[in-house]
Amino acid sequence: MRLDAGRLRAMIHKEFRVLLRNRFIIGTMAVLPLIFLATPMIEIFRLSPGVPAIVVQRLAGSTFLLLLVIPVIVPAAISAYSVVGEREQGTLEPLLTTPLRREELLLGKAVAAFVPSVAISYLLFVLVIVCAQLFASNPAVASALVQSSQLVGEFLFAPLLAGWSIWVGIAVSSRASDVRVAQQLGTLASLPPLVVVALIDLQILTPSVGLALVFGLVLLIADVLMYRVVSGMFDRERLLTGAPTRGRRSHSPVA
Amino acid sequence: MASGRSGTSPRPTAAPPALEVNHLTKRFGERLAFEDVSFTVSPGEVFGFLGPNGAGKTTTVRTLGTLIAPTSGSAVVAGIPLTADNGTEIRQRISIMPENPGLYLRLTVIENLELFAGLYGLRNPRPRIDQALEAVNLGARGRDLCGSLSKGLRQRVGLARALLSNPEIMFLDEPTSGLDPVAAREVHDLINELRRRGVTVFLTTHRLEEAERLCDRVAILNTRLRSVGRTEELRESLFSRSLAVETATPLEAPDVIFKQGTGVEGWRSDDPTHYVLNVSDPRVAAPAIIRALVAAGVDVISIAEARHSLEDVYLELIDEDPEAASR
Repeated sequence: MRLDAGRLRAMIHKEFRVLLRNRFIIGTMAVLPLIFLATPMIEIFRLSPGVPAIVVQRLAGSTFLLLLVIPVIVPAAISAYSVVGEREQGTLEPLLTTPLRREELLLGKAVAAFVPSVAISYLLFVLVIVCAQLFASNPAVASALVQSSQLVGEFLFAPLLAGWSIWVGIAVSSRASDVRVAQQLGTLASLPPLVVVALIDLQILTPSVGLALVFGLVLLIADVLMYRVVSGMFDRERLLTGAPTRGRRSHSPVA
Repeated sequence: MASGRSGTSPRPTAAPPALEVNHLTKRFGERLAFEDVSFTVSPGEVFGFLGPNGAGKTTTVRTLGTLIAPTSGSAVVAGIPLTADNGTEIRQRISIMPENPGLYLRLTVIENLELFAGLYGLRNPRPRIDQALEAVNLGARGRDLCGSLSKGLRQRVGLARALLSNPEIMFLDEPTSGLDPVAAREVHDLINELRRRGVTVFLTTHRLEEAERLCDRVAILNTRLRSVGRTEELRESLFSRSLAVETATPLEAPDVIFKQGTGVEGWRSDDPTHYVLNVSDPRVAAPAIIRALVAAGVDVISIAEARHSLEDVYLELIDEDPEAASR
């Protein structure tokens, strides 16, 4: 992979600038996490001191599950917009006429979606723990939230799930002809890895540091494979004309 | 090098061509975009690329700009062969301004240009950005959001962006589209300035008078290249030379007058007092015709060489083409 740091920096800088001025994206990044945060916070505060331990464990599990939905849906919304949004605005072609390589374009877009998504996820995770420690009427809740397997799972899964979601979103965005369709399909296609997370958090699979690490490794491999798939399907001729490159090897505009 | 009917050599130069295109063809599946296109463009030349809608002009530009892979044929762009591995290097040496400038509307003019300066690897880009904005008379609008600019101003930002990297070849796709006459004239001045600086300009336009005024040579494309050459050469190859004569009253015996050793090879009259005379050499024929008219007691209002415009050339070439007629 040949990368030019200056071009990559320019691309990331632009992506952040555009994201920060896009009210729809900012709204999505702000509102969705709050929705997913509201329910577990209410449950944590409502839980009385005398409830059985299994109830506390289930509440902690469902809280983590909801917190791990955030690094899936927030980057999906951003990355699904990334290519089809450029095409709709007519900015894709000028971008492709520059020396920018395919890898630089994809990584630039991925970083711009990854950083805010993971930052929001971690921030909310810390916020939930702090609130539980300070305000929960049942002290067992705070203890359940800081179990080592949960902590490893949260900090490990959030970036890996975000990575998966980003590449899936960009893949959908490269083929979609409409931003909303891309965002709906991108979000939907990002969800499958959450099934395993749900099984762990709901203790159908017994949570442990080892299991979290194994699943983290599987997710990492899936992220790398998905990047390769996206890179391979990033056909500029299709992006510009709707027709895939045929015949001889293409003059990749961003290669 | 042209495959068209009146292909001629570009202006003589010792330098290698800025663009050399040989039998380039592009198909999208069964659909033919353009076929067997060959021409060369010299360094510093302003080359016009004309043709009806769907003729393949934009696809040709995209192909030469490494955005689309040709189906067959070859090209050398800014001295670099058009191959899969040379895309980045070619794009570093050229710039393309699409018909729609495609600006980030939520970013300011300067922020848009900063992005492209970064993508072209310009160090300390601010002076270059200021120069580009001054060149398109947008020095005072740098901090404006692109979304707040009129179409004409956005077009100028697109031009400033194309100037940023100091390219060897600029591909301009309808650069005056949507501009008022004053703004269009500023773009023309800018293109002339680029010519003086030795930048090769590949100009796609529908404005034939613009091409006639600005371009050293023009190519007329209609899926296949119909013709390449200087406007004057195209005129001479397509039309015989003629004189337009206006008289105060209709001539009673035009055949008799025009065939009195005046060198007139044929004539037609579109209205009773206007005559178009085909001649081989207007400088020789005009005095003889005036003498013959005066001798016949005719009051001559005017006599001038009838010039065929590039539009006449274009329509003549396109009308000959049954495919164009069906578009």
